[in-house]
Amino acid sequence: MSDSESADLSTFRDETRAWLEANCPPEMRKPATSDADVFWGGRNAKFSSEPQRIWFERMRDKGWTVPDWPKEYGGGGLSAAEHKVLRAEMARIGARPPLSSFGIWMLGPALLKYGNEAQKKEHLPKIAAGEIRWCQGYSEPNAGSDLASLQTRAETDGDDFIINGQKIWTSYANYADWIFCLVRTDPAAKKHDGISFILFDMTSKGVSTKPILLISGYSPFCETFFDNVRVPKSHVVGTINRGWDVAKYLLQHERAMISGMGERGVGRPLGQIAADSVGTDGQGRLDDAMLRGKIATFDVDEAALAACAERAIDLAKAGQAHPAFSSAMKYYGTELNKRRHEILMSAGGVDALEWESERSRQGARARAWLRTKANSIEGGTSEVMLGIVAKRILDLPGA
Amino acid sequence: MALVLTEEQSMLRDSARGLISDKAPVSHLRHLRDSKDPTGFSRELWHAFAEMGFAGLLVPEEFGGSGLGYVEAGIIMEEIGRTLMPSPFLATSVMAASVLSRGGTAAQKPEYLSKIANGSLLATLAIDEGAKHRPLQTGLRAVRAGNGFKLSGAKALVVDGHVADLLIVAARTAGAAGERDGLTLFLVDPKAKGVAIERTIMVDAHNAARIEFANVEVTADSVLGEVDQAAGLLDGVLDIGRGAVAAEMVGLSDEVFGRTVEYLKSRKQFGKLIGEFQALQHRAAELYIDIEITRAATMKALQALDADVAKAASAVAVAKARAGTTATRAVQEGVQMHGGMGMTDQFDIGFFMKRARVCEELFGDANYHTEQLARARGY
Repeated sequence: MSDSESADLSTFRDETRAWLEANCPPEMRKPATSDADVFWGGRNAKFSSEPQRIWFERMRDKGWTVPDWPKEYGGGGLSAAEHKVLRAEMARIGARPPLSSFGIWMLGPALLKYGNEAQKKEHLPKIAAGEIRWCQGYSEPNAGSDLASLQTRAETDGDDFIINGQKIWTSYANYADWIFCLVRTDPAAKKHDGISFILFDMTSKGVSTKPILLISGYSPFCETFFDNVRVPKSHVVGTINRGWDVAKYLLQHERAMISGMGERGVGRPLGQIAADSVGTDGQGRLDDAMLRGKIATFDVDEAALAACAERAIDLAKAGQAHPAFSSAMKYYGTELNKRRHEILMSAGGVDALEWESERSRQGARARAWLRTKANSIEGGTSEVMLGIVAKRILDLPGA
Repeated sequence: MALVLTEEQSMLRDSARGLISDKAPVSHLRHLRDSKDPTGFSRELWHAFAEMGFAGLLVPEEFGGSGLGYVEAGIIMEEIGRTLMPSPFLATSVMAASVLSRGGTAAQKPEYLSKIANGSLLATLAIDEGAKHRPLQTGLRAVRAGNGFKLSGAKALVVDGHVADLLIVAARTAGAAGERDGLTLFLVDPKAKGVAIERTIMVDAHNAARIEFANVEVTADSVLGEVDQAAGLLDGVLDIGRGAVAAEMVGLSDEVFGRTVEYLKSRKQFGKLIGEFQALQHRAAELYIDIEITRAATMKALQALDADVAKAASAVAVAKARAGTTATRAVQEGVQMHGGMGMTDQFDIGFFMKRARVCEELFGDANYHTEQLARARGY
């Protein structure tokens, strides 16, 4: 691709391109259009189609569900440069991710950094192979933006903790096999200092979940209740009472994940989608000059953000990234995604308002639009992100 | 290729920053402005630029240049943007050197490129005619006369026009304004009969000129590229210029932002540092994010130009559009957050605001480039 690409990398690119051509089913080269198109893995996982199964299994067998994790933990062992080539080659043919998972995006990186060897060996290969589906127990009814004020408590009973409390906004808790959870292990300590990061099975006695109906009409989040749940102390990741370090590190990865949630650069250009309903003039331009301008401005910002996301990864690999930069990406990416869906609703007009018809695929566009409103709340609100950038990156004064 | 500077590129940035911050801080521009300096830049500094290999940065090594790429040119431009140093670098070393390297004949290249590289020749492109950048609207006529051509018309916003030793003029040899076919580039001696140059003192105190051409005679040898077919060559060199100006605007934005954040950390009102106020913190954070995104988009565009100028148009449009809106935001927030101080001429922030406005117009503003992207994407 570029003159300076080494011979080795060039060979890797050729081989990867050929392998993807031969192994990625054509059905898996189209953008996902519904939840069924996304494979989340787990004990009760079902494939929605044969191509989805084939694609997942082939990628899993190469370790490419987690291309840059070490091979010993089920990863592909790729270097930063190779991983970038793989991403570019997958994007080139529009290949879907073979496996979506909070284990990959959030827990895995935290375990790689803070987990002990036994924990890594136990959990990472099962994440890579899509065998265990994870959920995140962070927010509580009274601990949202102020996450560190969480009250779910874990009390010592011999070699175990007994956990009591409630989590909220637990994504897909009703489908998850295991949870990574923040619990208060020292109620006397300052709020950031008495927290531990612990893992347990969602089938443990005393765990229950209750889906929350959202404005989109879907229930991707749950309330999750813990009633005397017994968990061995060996399931704590990192040091007891130092869970906030793990939590923050994981949040950086969560924010990076959410910032990339928009369907960036895949599928038809937004302007062409809008043309379906708005129509075009004699020169092929959208027949709504103001909407056209908004879309074009959006496209500029989206392309620029894509470059910034690429650079953020490159900086991280080069050891030059600011650890709080994911907050910057999270802020911009989520606000941009909300803009995208406002444009789609505006472009769709009356057609985008239908909620239950076959014609509208059960109100897909309206429900997606409503779903994006959570983007700038979940994983830290936009306002919290700006505060983090102001204080941690810009070093501005104040609490 | 990774969107981070290589070790060599970081060294280039450090040496450029050392020279520019030492010899040409904003006070250098202020002095040139206040003394109504007839040249508008420092020839001594330009020779230092040549000695460091910057003047011929894009000139191929066979003609005495450094043979580096557009990413490297962008590094120099970004440093220029930090201190607003008036320099022939953009017009001569980026635009003229590129158009000569890409379109020059076997006779033209050695003649001009070696002089650009050693700092002895200043050159510039004369393209715009109207109030806004519309290269295809070129109406300056070149009609065949004997063995050569006669040029008639007028150009505006010719950067360094009053000091250039060589003008590279976009003219219409066929067709009508608005058409791609029929454009030709000519090498014109500014001392030729019929050339009238008016130095225009601009808001940013940088060099520019309006130039009139009244039946200016040029020989057939002075055609750069092919007659009637210059649109492609022009597209490429304009994109190179746009990438370079975007880099200047990134440097400018970053510098204004840095100064503004320092002010937020030192100015007290209501018994507090004003940087403690959340209203200002959030605006500062948003601006930081805007600048970082624009920086990445600009690096992406410069790398795309290095890979293949002909395929870089969309990446360049994104970068120049973003650079325009980001720099505009940066200087506005810079003045606003400095309060009354920001409004004084004594304070440097105003210089950045003025330069950003000119950079925004150079080679197409944000609206122009956003429109280009919409067309490229077929809506």
